[in-house]
Amino acid sequence: MNFFAILSIMITAILAENYIFSKFLGCCPFLGLSENPSNALGMGCAVTFVMTLSSLITSLINEYILVKFNLEYLQTIAFILIIASLVQLIEMFLKKSVPSLYSALGIYLPLITTNCAILGASLLCVQNDYNPFISAVYGFASGIGFTLAIIIFAGVREKVAFADVPKSFKGFPIALVTAGLLAMSFAGFSGITI
Amino acid sequence: MIEILQAFLWFAAISAVIGIILAFASKIFYVKTDERIEKITEYLPGANCGGCGFAGCSALACAIVAGQAPVNACNGCSDENVKCISEIMGLSEDIKTVRMRAQVMCSGTNDLAKKKYIYDGVSDCVAANRLSGGDKLCPNGCIGLGTCADACKFDAISVINGVAAIDYEKCRACGACVKACPKNLIKLVPETTPFWVGCMSADKGAVTRTYCDAGCIGCKLCEKNCEAGAITVTDNVARIDYTKCTGCGKCESICPRKVIWSAYKKTTVEDAVVPVISK
Repeated sequence: MNFFAILSIMITAILAENYIFSKFLGCCPFLGLSENPSNALGMGCAVTFVMTLSSLITSLINEYILVKFNLEYLQTIAFILIIASLVQLIEMFLKKSVPSLYSALGIYLPLITTNCAILGASLLCVQNDYNPFISAVYGFASGIGFTLAIIIFAGVREKVAFADVPKSFKGFPIALVTAGLLAMSFAGFSGITI
Repeated sequence: MIEILQAFLWFAAISAVIGIILAFASKIFYVKTDERIEKITEYLPGANCGGCGFAGCSALACAIVAGQAPVNACNGCSDENVKCISEIMGLSEDIKTVRMRAQVMCSGTNDLAKKKYIYDGVSDCVAANRLSGGDKLCPNGCIGLGTCADACKFDAISVINGVAAIDYEKCRACGACVKACPKNLIKLVPETTPFWVGCMSADKGAVTRTYCDAGCIGCKLCEKNCEAGAITVTDNVARIDYTKCTGCGKCESICPRKVIWSAYKKTTVEDAVVPVISK
């Protein structure tokens, strides 16, 4: 696979098939942690980090164990098991080795254990027959797409917080409307084929 | 059958490998945490009321160990527990804590305060307050629908005869009721405060008289008779400076409206409620 093919996978994953705005995966942290851009950046980094690693490892496990022994029907459950323990391992590693990053990520790291976007990335890699390296690239790009979406959304929400919103729309309703409008703008990328 | 067995064995193998890796990782990446944090948390009440300004009791314990909070930062801690915490922190001298308690500054029970209408809405003070300030004629009277009691995490507040009453034994002075009261009638006062003025009506005496039979009319009798000079009448209502009050009790006996109350005599919820006032 040449460089341009990889680039096209990345751009597709970031813009055209953005996890939040076109696949609607990972909406829970997207709405829950977008109160301010710095929190959103923390969550985005954590998701990117875990998504890259989990896509790589699940793809390895899939290729060398599940496919080899005809156990593809157990993909979902195997991936959940691997992602959960991977997040645990990363958490322990960070706590010991990079305490500053650990405290910066804080609660977000354990939160993404059960994030559907992470599992979705792993399963989509398998569906698209990506090899382990491409899987890692795809996971990384998807994470970047998630980060981009959540930071833009947090920026908009910060502005909306000061706006004169009708009373019945205050809080979550206006956030959902905002998310819908953002998704519409990202729909403009959907026609792009590279 | 062989497929099921194969799936089972592979999953057992994967899980075992992951389990072993995690077990080793937890040994390798073990981080020593300060054992004092756990010990101090044991001595804190564990209600996570947030009255100290930290997210919860364990957060306060972390702050105490880090030196960001004093050992007596918790208002709900008994003296022995504060002593234990200061021992854990290696402080020898006795720490004096000024303990606070919440006090409802209203005496207008249903039989004493007059009503302007019969409220038949949602049982919530904030809602009732929006209907021209509640059903009592007095704009500073306790609405008595128990929004403070709902806010209290220690079950220390009960509404008796139309006025919220606080059980001083249970009160931890977290301030949740102070924030919840739409009339701002609840104040935090030093726990040992002997006397307080059970009225906040800022209207003139004659007007207050029409509202309520237990209202401060601002007659200044207490101010004149207080030897310690602790009482001042401002905005037609007497206020006690708790730092100056000596607890002689003269104000209580002299008040013609009987709105100065003694905390010594009334320590339980039933006592704290205004009894019969001779009219």
